Amino acid sequence: MYVAVKGGERAIDNAHAWLAEERRGDKDVAELSLAQIREQLSLAVNRVMAEGSLYDPDLAALAIKQARGDLIEAVFLIRAYRTTLPRFGATRPVETGAMDCDRRISATFKDLPGGQVLGPTFDYTHRLLDFALAAEGLDAPDVAEGEAAQAPLPHVTEFLAREDLIQSEPDGPETPRDLTREPLDFPADRPLRLQALTRGDEGFVLSMAYSTQRGYGRNHPFVGELRIGTVPVEMEIPELGFSIEIGEVVLTECETVNQFTGSKTEPPQFTRGYGLVFGQTERKAISMALVDRALRWEELGEDNVGAPAQDEEFVLYHSDNVQATGFLEHIKLPHYVDFQSELELIRRLRAEAMQTGLKDAAE
Amino acid sequence: MSISASKAPDDPAIAARKARLSTLAKAPSARLRALWANYSSDLPAHEVLRAPEVGAVMVRGRAGATGAPFNLGEMTVTRCSVRLDSGAVGHGHVQGRDRDAALLAALIDALAEEGEADALDAAILAPLRAEAEARKTTRAAKAAATKVEFFTMVRGEN
Repeated sequence: MYVAVKGGERAIDNAHAWLAEERRGDKDVAELSLAQIREQLSLAVNRVMAEGSLYDPDLAALAIKQARGDLIEAVFLIRAYRTTLPRFGATRPVETGAMDCDRRISATFKDLPGGQVLGPTFDYTHRLLDFALAAEGLDAPDVAEGEAAQAPLPHVTEFLAREDLIQSEPDGPETPRDLTREPLDFPADRPLRLQALTRGDEGFVLSMAYSTQRGYGRNHPFVGELRIGTVPVEMEIPELGFSIEIGEVVLTECETVNQFTGSKTEPPQFTRGYGLVFGQTERKAISMALVDRALRWEELGEDNVGAPAQDEEFVLYHSDNVQATGFLEHIKLPHYVDFQSELELIRRLRAEAMQTGLKDAAE
Repeated sequence: MSISASKAPDDPAIAARKARLSTLAKAPSARLRALWANYSSDLPAHEVLRAPEVGAVMVRGRAGATGAPFNLGEMTVTRCSVRLDSGAVGHGHVQGRDRDAALLAALIDALAEEGEADALDAAILAPLRAEAEARKTTRAAKAAATKVEFFTMVRGEN
């Protein structure tokens, strides 16, 4: 039960003013600009765009500054802003095969066409703190340039598909279900699950994916390919009668190649998991692919072993960190009346128990 | 993939307009403003058909890159439509939330429809294309330098 309680207004105003002061921190230290956040904390910006489900690096930088670096709070701000925007329509599905790749690696084929392109990766760093970065005004090292490939890099799964060694992806409705426009309803189809996973909390999706690797719904994934780069976004413009590129986005895509299925009618084939996430968000994209694959157990004729990552209701209901935070944190708000009734109840029960106990002792 | 059949895709006028609007949509707004300022010191007389409006579009992907479409998330877009005194109509769409850039894109589109296409291309669109191409080429060259060149150690026979 909730009742309105007045009287907190002055305290709230003062709390917000102090929050603003604390956000600014020591005034002897230069204030952060949005451009600095956007350019130098770009992976935080990417995470806020992915989980906020809105691609706009400047807005994500603002949200991070306002939230004092609390990324879930920043995601919340972006989600709230997003609801104020009219929606102009939907784009054509992006063509990740035509991506201008900054990075493209495969764990399944060493010598694939186009090669293993590492890109700006943390992999192979020693994870030792670099105290040189603590000094300011450090020049970035010169970056080597090579002979750029002219053709787009082919998807690794294409090679397997050519020999029919991997299942082909079934087509679906041209207009997919949209969980931002209709309540989440089960059973969810794969497009709806992919939407929930790509905007889901990175930590949650990572842990679900990890649980499958540790045996809770194991699906033997290989990273067939991981690519990060830029794709144009094309949309039909009704007043023009044709489509134009309305922008471009950086995406991370992960295609996993998983354990076979086969039956009396179908020869054995590899299966797939898929991850596609806004920005350079590699951990999330790989996690998404593993969880996507685990959730496909029914479609692929596998057993439900009761693993959490196979349970779409469990995964989809708990992947959203804004929903989770809202419900979790509401318990810190006033519940005075609820608690008052509990308090009265426990006092009465104790009084009764004491009375009975005393009576027993006296007899 | 499906190409819209609503208008002939091989019509050169449509192809040119599509290329122009796509370049304007992706242009960094500061560059668009600067190039316009070099081209003209003021805005042409125009009627605003649709005032610059910030909104979102839902970006879609495909499951497994080739399968069923799904909603990946939204991106911000600003759009604007104008009509010049001559009657030429321009539609501007730009990525992000810059209303002035959307207005400029619409005006450039309308002026190009009116007959200034070559001059605008030389002054604004060609530089934007060249700069976009240069950014893309530089990134591709940096990526190429991180390509692994495997070499195989010769193993002894015994």
